[in-house]
Parts: sequence; structure tokens; C-alpha cells
Amino acid sequence: MSRTITTTTRAEYCVIACADAWRDNGEVLASPMGLIPSIGARLAKHTFAPDLLLTDGEATLVGLDGTPEGWLPYRRHLTMVTGGRRHVMMGASQLDRFGNQNISCIGDWQQPARQLLGVRGAPVNTLNNPVSYWVPKHSRRVFVEKVDMISGVGYDSAAAAGPSATRYHRIPRVVSDLAVLDFETLDRAMRLASVHPGVTAEEVEAATGFPLARPDELPYTREPTATELRLIRTVLDPDGLRDREVPPA
Amino acid sequence: MTDKTMTPEDVVARLHSGMTLGIGGWGSRRKPMALVRALLRSDITDLTVISYGGPDVGLLAAAGRIRKLVAAFATLDSIPLEPHFRAARQRGAFELMEIDEAMFMWGLHAAANRLPFLPVRAGLGSDVMRVNPGLRTITSPYEDGETLVAVPALRMDAALVHLNRADRLGNGQYLGPDPYFDDLFCEAADRAYLSCERLVDDFAAAAPQTLLVNRHTVTGVVEAPYGAHFTSCVPDYGRDEPFQKLYATTPWPEFAERFLRGDEKSYQSAVETWHEEQT
Repeated sequence: MSRTITTTTRAEYCVIACADAWRDNGEVLASPMGLIPSIGARLAKHTFAPDLLLTDGEATLVGLDGTPEGWLPYRRHLTMVTGGRRHVMMGASQLDRFGNQNISCIGDWQQPARQLLGVRGAPVNTLNNPVSYWVPKHSRRVFVEKVDMISGVGYDSAAAAGPSATRYHRIPRVVSDLAVLDFETLDRAMRLASVHPGVTAEEVEAATGFPLARPDELPYTREPTATELRLIRTVLDPDGLRDREVPPA
Repeated sequence: MTDKTMTPEDVVARLHSGMTLGIGGWGSRRKPMALVRALLRSDITDLTVISYGGPDVGLLAAAGRIRKLVAAFATLDSIPLEPHFRAARQRGAFELMEIDEAMFMWGLHAAANRLPFLPVRAGLGSDVMRVNPGLRTITSPYEDGETLVAVPALRMDAALVHLNRADRLGNGQYLGPDPYFDDLFCEAADRAYLSCERLVDDFAAAAPQTLLVNRHTVTGVVEAPYGAHFTSCVPDYGRDEPFQKLYATTPWPEFAERFLRGDEKSYQSAVETWHEEQT
């Protein structure tokens, strides 16, 4: 038994769960939004997914050391989205049972109670390249029965919109501070895929505003390898910023 | 050859209430802010604004100049939510055509190519279709038979953009990493006004691919140093983060009173004075 098991923090399980989203993706752009997905994408490239493409957050494709290897301004980025050679991990202000996501506004769209960002690129992303989600604070405010404005398209909405919508639509996983969720059910409803060590299924259910499918035997999110843990702690996030996004449980 | 140089006031004199106005840049990046400020000093209102929204949208919304906004978002980047855009939306101050970033881009392409629409795989299944009941779909005439969204052309009466360099004929050069969509805005508009950090005599030494905007798409050129302030205009300058924070946290009347009453020169000196007070 490795000693790391008792010392891995919640934030580090989240990093691992995010990194695994890009496993076996091949030569695609990893577009992480948020700190922990960013650490996860770089961890994946450092280890099991060396072919991933990364950006500097602006218009340049860069290697792990920041060396430029390509040009990716917004107009080409949008082509990469529709070309499908990309896997984005987005945030979500609201997320429902079938993976519909909202970042536009809260309340009635005509005159919202809270205006947020706007739909941004969520509609085009969800129809064209795999989209995973990162939720740093799992709660009933985020995991809702029905989102107020469908920005990212969920499985039920894509199915209702027809073959052009479902053709390239895929939501591989949702990672939160409590668990990993996916849609590997017959009706494509959200399922609890693993809980981070220290979390119970009941806690996740209590923090979710709709019933979650659940496998008979619920696994824990996997442990980082010794190499992964060293990379996270000494190379990718030596200042421990990850603990600010997800505090130790 | 025609010298197209003019002042921000000359540009605004050619605009009028009720028109459709495209604004280049992206979020809080390379926005033609000197031209927007000149617009704010005029009586022009009732605008349809087409923008990858940043503080241009926030300023015009706060001043009550927008009748309809066409946008996928409005953000200050380092401050994710644009406060004046939010406030205006939350009081139902203007009509919104909320579309996706890619739909927006293809709407610009359609306008630039004089097409009524272009098909895109975006919008389907999302509430973009619900909140824009005027959006139509189109079925592919080929064997695939796919049904896609027909994004209408975003044709505009006038476009405002800001680049790093320009000549007097209306050729414009960007020196930063991202052209955004400024060339498309110019091509999608009946008239385009280009402000720049510095006028140059020629582009003899320029890498040709940096010459983003061509003169046949430009009606007027304005030399406006710091004309994108407080948004970024790299490599000439980055975003003025402290000032942007001030903009985002100061009640609108107070901000407008202190910074937007006079001309561009008095804006720049008011900004300078404010920075001096901070040290």
C-alpha cells in the first residue's frame, strides 16, 4: 500500500478526475476552463496523453514549457471546435440531469434575475466536439432539475433536435469537488460514476437537485500515481492554488 | 489617392440614431473605445449594436443608447461579468439577439459575402432557438439531408474597429497575436471607421499578413493613441486593470461625470490624474 493514499487531497482527486477526461483522446486540443481542469490537462499531457495540444490562453498553441508551436486565434479556434479535434472542459452555472448547461442567465430570459455571461460558444461546442464540465462546488444550485437557459446542449435536447444535433454530440464526464458523473445509462441520464475518497454517495445525492443513477458497486475516483502526485505538487501547481479552488475536505 | 483621416467627431457626425453599428475587438480587448466615447458625447441613440461584447456594450448600455444588442456574451475578461450590461439586462433595457460565438462569426461572413445566411451546426437543441424565434433552419440539398441553422447575415450600416497602425488610405495593421474579427466587421459594413494607435506613412517594412484591414473597406481613419483604453491593445499596451476595476465598481453617473464629459484629450488626462491619485 502506497503512503500517498492517505495524503492525497480532495483537490488532487479532482485534478486526476479532470486529467482522465482527456485519456485516449489523441491529437486534440485540450481546452480547460478553470484552474483545476488546467492542471489536469497539463498533467495528462505530461503523462498518458503526450499528443494533446494546449494553448497559452490566448492565440498561441504551446508545449508544456510554453514554447510556441502554432497559431490559434479565435477564428481558427472556432474552426477547431466545428472540426471536432478538441475536447473542452467548461464550467456550468446550472447543469441538469441530461447534461443541459446554462451560463447565460438565471431566471426569465426576457428580463433575467441575474444576467451571467451569455451563451458564449456553448451551443456550437456541444454539437461539434466532446464537452465535459467542471463544477468546483457541487450543490443543488448548480445541479438543477431544469436549467433556465440551455446554453450547452444536453442529451435529451440534442435527441429532440435531430440527427444534425446528435451526430457529433458527446458529454464524456462531469467532474465536481465530490464526484465524477457521466451519462452511461440507457436514457442518457446523469449517473454517479465514482465518488472522491472521503465522500459518500448520499452526500452527492443530497447536493444534487435530481435523482442520480448509480451503479451497483460505486467505485472511488482513482488514486494518483506517485509520478502524478509529484508532478502536481512540484511542477504544475507548486504554490498549491488548487486548494483554493477546492479546499481540503 | 484619398486621404481618409478624420477626427472622432467627424466619424460620429456620419453616424445617426437608429442605425446598426458593428463594433470590433473581443471582450475587453482592442475595442475602439475612443470612437465609442465620441459616440457617447453625441445624442445618437436607438442603436442596434453587433459586438463580441466588452465595455463598449457596457458603456452604451449604461448610457441608454442601445435599442437592440446582437451578441454571444459581454465580458471584461479579467472581470468575467460586465456590470453595466448585466444591470441593463436585469431592468429589461434593450432587446437582445443572443446567439452563439460561431453563429455570430458566420453571420459576419454571410454579410461580408453578400449572402442572406450561412448554414452552421450550432444553435440546434439550445435555447438560442427559443429566444430567437426568427431563426430558421435549412435542409442540405445534398445526400446527407442534414438540417442546420441558417444564420442570417449580420449586415451593418457602420463598423468601428481599432488597430495598432494604419495609413491615411485606410489600410490597417494589427501587431498583437489575434486579429479577432475586425476585417470581417469592415467587410460586413456599408461604411467602416478605423482608429489606430499611430498613423504611418507606409507599410514598407511590414509582414504582409499583419495588414489585416484593406483600404477599400474603410471610409475613415482616426489617429487615436490609447484609443482602446482601458481595453488591451497589445503589444502597444495591456489592459488598464486598475482603471477597468474602477469602471466596474463606480456608479455610472459618477464615472460618466468624471471621465466622459469632455473630449478624448480630457478623458486621457482625467485617467492620468486618477492614476496619479492612486500612487
